[in-house]
Amino acid sequence: MSGNIAYLGYGLAAIGPGIGIGLIFAAYINGVARQPEARGMLQTIAFTGFALTEALAILGLVFAFVFK
Amino acid sequence: MTGVVPADGGGFETPGIADFWQPLVNIGSNGNWSLTRPAVEMLISVAMLGWFFVSVTGKLSVVPTKRQWLAEQVYDFVRNSIARDVIGAKNFRPFIPMVFSVFSLVLVNNVFGVLPFFQFPPTGRVAIPIALTLVVYVTYHVVAVRRKHGFLPYLRSLVPPGLPGWLVPVMFVLELLTFFVVRPVTLALRLFGNMFAGHLLLLVFVVGGEYLLLHGDNLFLRGSGVLSFVFSVVMTFFELFIEFLQAFIFAILTALYLADAVAEEH
Repeated sequence: MSGNIAYLGYGLAAIGPGIGIGLIFAAYINGVARQPEARGMLQTIAFTGFALTEALAILGLVFAFVFK
Repeated sequence: MTGVVPADGGGFETPGIADFWQPLVNIGSNGNWSLTRPAVEMLISVAMLGWFFVSVTGKLSVVPTKRQWLAEQVYDFVRNSIARDVIGAKNFRPFIPMVFSVFSLVLVNNVFGVLPFFQFPPTGRVAIPIALTLVVYVTYHVVAVRRKHGFLPYLRSLVPPGLPGWLVPVMFVLELLTFFVVRPVTLALRLFGNMFAGHLLLLVFVVGGEYLLLHGDNLFLRGSGVLSFVFSVVMTFFELFIEFLQAFIFAILTALYLADAVAEEH
């Protein structure tokens, strides 16, 4: 078997952001379920948090290609 | 990674970074000035957007046509859901054109990733997100320096008031890094990474499916090829969703950085 360990590293790096994004949307769904009229405000906050968390996974992807 | 499926065709070649270099007209010897496919697509997208919005806003009517309705919906969404909600009802007006241009340009260039006959996202080449980010980066710094009446007051306003004295230098370095390095780098890389990875994923499923279907050794592998094609169709729709989401996020973050720049208090 041959390959590049950087891609394995990216797989590991994606675990953290995956859990983080799950937590963010869980909280968003909870918030909307409790108070449906707050949806618009929560949406902006949720997607901002999603974007910031996702940045970590994207950095991992880029580094997997840069440092191989 | 050759020889995933041993067959007569000389082995399978995994799609990679090389698939993203697609010059149409080669100029010069090293390819630095070549006219590439993403560049042409970007020019087309600018022409399309310009033509669409100029022709729609040229003859506005009280009872909107279908095209006017579409333009109004997009504008309304960007104005109310992105600019007003994030920047605040007091300061958002001067920044609507900027947020709207960024949103529509990123959206069209993302959707080119799955649009038939284009099928290559220009934002999947890192130069285009970097150029877009540079515009945003320069704008929010210039706005902040103007609002805070000078560069030094701007730097001073980075540290939130009411911190204990020993924490101020630490916070200053952290905020400086955030505003000048982390924000632009992540803004550019997020868009690039999403589009690049999404397009690569589609390539893997389509090219891999083709190889399995045509060069597979047995019925199981050929069946997997069909499955791979089906999954690539599913992923195309997922990709379309990601493309809308990334345009939305790029615009929201642009608005968020501008909101920090115009905020009275940090």
